[in-house]
Amino acid sequence: MGYIPHTEVERQQMLAAIGVTTIEDLFDAIPASHRFPKLNMPPAMSEMEVAAEMQALSEANEHAGDFAVFRGAGAYHHFVPSVVNHILLRGEFYTAYTPYQPELSQGTLQATYEYQSMMCALTGMDAANASHYDGATSLAESVTVAVQVGRKRNKIVLSPGINPQYREVVRTYHQGRGLEIVGDEADADLAALAEMIDEQTAMVAIAYPNFFGQIEDVSALVTAAHDAGALVVFVANPMMLALFKSPGELGADIVVGDAQPLGVPMGYGGPYLGFFATKTKYVRKIAGRIIGETVDADGKKAYVMTLRPREQDIRREKASSNICTNQGLMALAASVYLALMGRNGLRKVAQLNYHKAHYAADQIDQIDGFKVLRSNPFFNEFMVKCLMPVEAVNNALIGEGIVGGYDLGKDYPHLKDHMLLCVTEMNSKEEIDALVDVLKGLAS
Amino acid sequence: MADLKYPEDLKYAESDEWIRIDGDEAVVGISDFAQDALNDIVYIELKEVGEVIEVGEPFGEVESVKAASELVLPVSGEIIEINSDLEDDPEVINADPYGAGWMVKIKITDDSNLAKLMDVEAYKAFNEDR
Amino acid sequence: MTVATETKQDVLEPLIYDLSVPGRTGVNLPDCDVPETPLPDDLLRDDLKLPEVGELQVVRHFLKLSQLNYSIDKGFYPLGSCTMKYNPKLNEDMARLPGFALQHPLSDEAGSQGALALMYQLQEWLAELSGFEAVSLAPAAGAQGEFSGILMIRNYHLDRGDSERTKILVPNSAHGTNPATVTMAGFDVIELPSDDKGNVDLEALRTVCKEKGPQIAGMMITVPSTLGLFEAHILDVIEIVHEAGGLMYMDGANMNALMGQVKPGELGFDVMHYNLHKTFSTPHGGGGPGSGPVGVGDKLKPFLPGPIVEITEEPTEDEEAPVYGFKMPEKSIGRMKAFHGNFGMHVRAYAYIRIYGGEGLREVSRHAVLNANYIRAQLLDTYKVPYPRYCGHEFVLEGRFPEAEGIHALDISKRLMDYGYHPPTNYFPLIVPEALLIEPTETETKDELDGFIDAMKQIAEEARNDPDLLHDAPHTAPVKRLDEVKAAKDLILCCAPALPSVGD
Repeated sequence: MGYIPHTEVERQQMLAAIGVTTIEDLFDAIPASHRFPKLNMPPAMSEMEVAAEMQALSEANEHAGDFAVFRGAGAYHHFVPSVVNHILLRGEFYTAYTPYQPELSQGTLQATYEYQSMMCALTGMDAANASHYDGATSLAESVTVAVQVGRKRNKIVLSPGINPQYREVVRTYHQGRGLEIVGDEADADLAALAEMIDEQTAMVAIAYPNFFGQIEDVSALVTAAHDAGALVVFVANPMMLALFKSPGELGADIVVGDAQPLGVPMGYGGPYLGFFATKTKYVRKIAGRIIGETVDADGKKAYVMTLRPREQDIRREKASSNICTNQGLMALAASVYLALMGRNGLRKVAQLNYHKAHYAADQIDQIDGFKVLRSNPFFNEFMVKCLMPVEAVNNALIGEGIVGGYDLGKDYPHLKDHMLLCVTEMNSKEEIDALVDVLKGLAS
Repeated sequence: MADLKYPEDLKYAESDEWIRIDGDEAVVGISDFAQDALNDIVYIELKEVGEVIEVGEPFGEVESVKAASELVLPVSGEIIEINSDLEDDPEVINADPYGAGWMVKIKITDDSNLAKLMDVEAYKAFNEDR
Repeated sequence: MTVATETKQDVLEPLIYDLSVPGRTGVNLPDCDVPETPLPDDLLRDDLKLPEVGELQVVRHFLKLSQLNYSIDKGFYPLGSCTMKYNPKLNEDMARLPGFALQHPLSDEAGSQGALALMYQLQEWLAELSGFEAVSLAPAAGAQGEFSGILMIRNYHLDRGDSERTKILVPNSAHGTNPATVTMAGFDVIELPSDDKGNVDLEALRTVCKEKGPQIAGMMITVPSTLGLFEAHILDVIEIVHEAGGLMYMDGANMNALMGQVKPGELGFDVMHYNLHKTFSTPHGGGGPGSGPVGVGDKLKPFLPGPIVEITEEPTEDEEAPVYGFKMPEKSIGRMKAFHGNFGMHVRAYAYIRIYGGEGLREVSRHAVLNANYIRAQLLDTYKVPYPRYCGHEFVLEGRFPEAEGIHALDISKRLMDYGYHPPTNYFPLIVPEALLIEPTETETKDELDGFIDAMKQIAEEARNDPDLLHDAPHTAPVKRLDEVKAAKDLILCCAPALPSVGD
């Protein structure tokens, strides 16, 4: 049954070797009063039946296979070349565990090392770890690093332009640590953030682009943070980095974000992968797996998990984070994706995003009753002020096979009736024009 | 184990630091036993000159490939010099723990813990029991 | 290029950067079908240091890398505490159904009823399996499940107006994640000794609860323990901690021994995390992604990390399905990650539970325990097995021999590679010298176990007669033992060209 291969004959042979008569005898350390409880669970099903049931469940969703998706807000529908999935389905990769035994894990190790290297290239940093759970937890872990580097500093300045869910996760992670987390209470602008920086500030985090798709001029804020001795953390969209200046060039000390746009499907929110890149001098402070190059006993080049004493299994209660694994398979996806795209492919995808999003914004801006609010330029997301509740707009769109934008009023009360639209290389001109037509219909 | 060195002129802490007293100043490092147990030391981080550290508080940290260990001051003091050569060559701690592998020089601010430290014989016996 | 001067036999497979030839690309992209907008030159980067490689070259590169790995699909993987069971192929197909893989996480709930129904059902099944009131699927991994559990305990006490409870008890056999979690949540660890049978030292527990009762927020304990043993006095342990006012956290990493055998919630545990990537067959993926749902009893239910899935409208007629929606629990500790957990892992675990059904899952644990006890029984005469009791789904033995002094657990592990096996977990739990933690899982046949047992016996012979065979092992793996000191000293962490050199 299921995936258990034992025959009755084998079971009996094994029990005899152990010296018991039934399997139940092996559970005698469990208090008899609580042993072998009743399970109110369904019976077994065949593979065919399970597949049919799950197929039906999956089809009850309004997904990007059937709908034109114009929603981003932290998860993006991008093209994933076929090769990525075929590599991920290699059992050699996906049924292996953490490379504790490097002699049997050079595949995972080298692929992860390549992932780290390509993330360094994108972010303009010296070193990247093997990944965190997602962009939000990468940001939360950057706070831990900044507090360690800043020793007694305990103030964290977060831009309100960072994804609201990321900011929530920072607060979840650090609720027991007595930190002062400020900056994102209201609609503070960058100048207001700079005002908040003082000698107690361990870090200042900004989004690139911000949650509204805008590319802000952060140079003054970066200078103010560095002058006060605080670290500057960029929360970046890695797809944008193919085209725009790297955070390293702009003065970042740590760059975090979600690498989901690089070959990982939206998958209803996970698994994704949080990237974390930094400068050499902070490498020993960062959490999570790091792969380094070395040689074997014969001098052959090989890869191994390094800086292990930072980690929870060695440092126990003195570890700065309890993270054990990384998002190994997702890091592999990003590795394969970046290798395929390469320097020219990724640039081209980023340009498609840019041009299509600008085209869509220009069209929508011409509709009476819809006002586009954007920076000049922006990347692939922009705000639209609607003449009616966002929910009503989206209900009209879904009827036409379109998943509309994200309702910003949920997180930003002053942005009631504002929709965040996202356009990627997956949205054809036809789809964009269809979106514009529905909005026009609503306006008239 | 037999060939580990135990200089006689030092005092030793249970956390394996040694201290060499010179008037109101002292030099601190880790013992041959400690470096042997840690194995290849690949990294050291020391606090800065001028920091005042209470007895039992860390003045830095050493790491080998498989272990990390806090370095604890055996008496209270202010750091007046650190051995910055160790940053580039932490393996010196393995090679010469009592000489070139010294870690910090301190000005003692409170020597009341001195009496609780072990002399060489006590430390040898302590190590044999672990 | 970093390896330009090296000859071919010095590397197993060149780095992707070394395969790069300017002008190549591995993907066919469409032309732009909209009018172009000028690019802002002053904001653009000058260059992008990514490799340039053709599609087939990329495929071959990663295929060759894959062949350097050991994996469950290749052979027996008895890595203790990791539950390396078969990862059913069906799970992978289900997770890739477009309706799941291509669903935007912020889709309207009305358009996500399939995904929400799946999550709701999984919450219900996990709760029933463990005897808990409610489950949140939000945590991204076991470590996050632990973290959320300890944060719930913290907020529970604070919510009662009790801010004195700042300490968490952790047995010395615990996995390192437990104490690290305690610190992350802002608590202090009190470490508890184990007795000579591998149980928590009850006297020590009583003493500490008597002396520090009002400061104790709770206790974290793994069941069966990291030694693979069912805690013999578990009801006493729970009662003592509860009487001191603390809550009980069960680390569910070893749940593969318990399904249908005992329900932690019924034993009195207040909170527990599940590892979907261990017990429920979602793949380990070379080190993640995991998924670490948490189950809780009444007391902690309002504090669950969110969002969780609830029924927002009951079905009106028999035929009609209920309507599901997300909800943040009333006093939630907050979000653990963006969105709502590693949904792709929820899909796989759902498929797995569906295949087995409740009684099948009971059989899973029975056979996991049978397999572990079988290997244990067969190796008792060859290796020192420290605790003379039946084990759970795994057991620990000492990888050393009195008559072969220079042999360590690590040597045995490396030699096992030559026999075609992945080694057990080394040097954990810390309280057993030269520990080898062996977990076969239920999906291995008796023949496979017999082969492993023979290998372990032969290695024991070799340890006595030809110790260098072990010291120099592995002989057949793609690489020999690695220079980890060099890796830690040189810190070469990145091979992208034209970046500041690491280590300056």
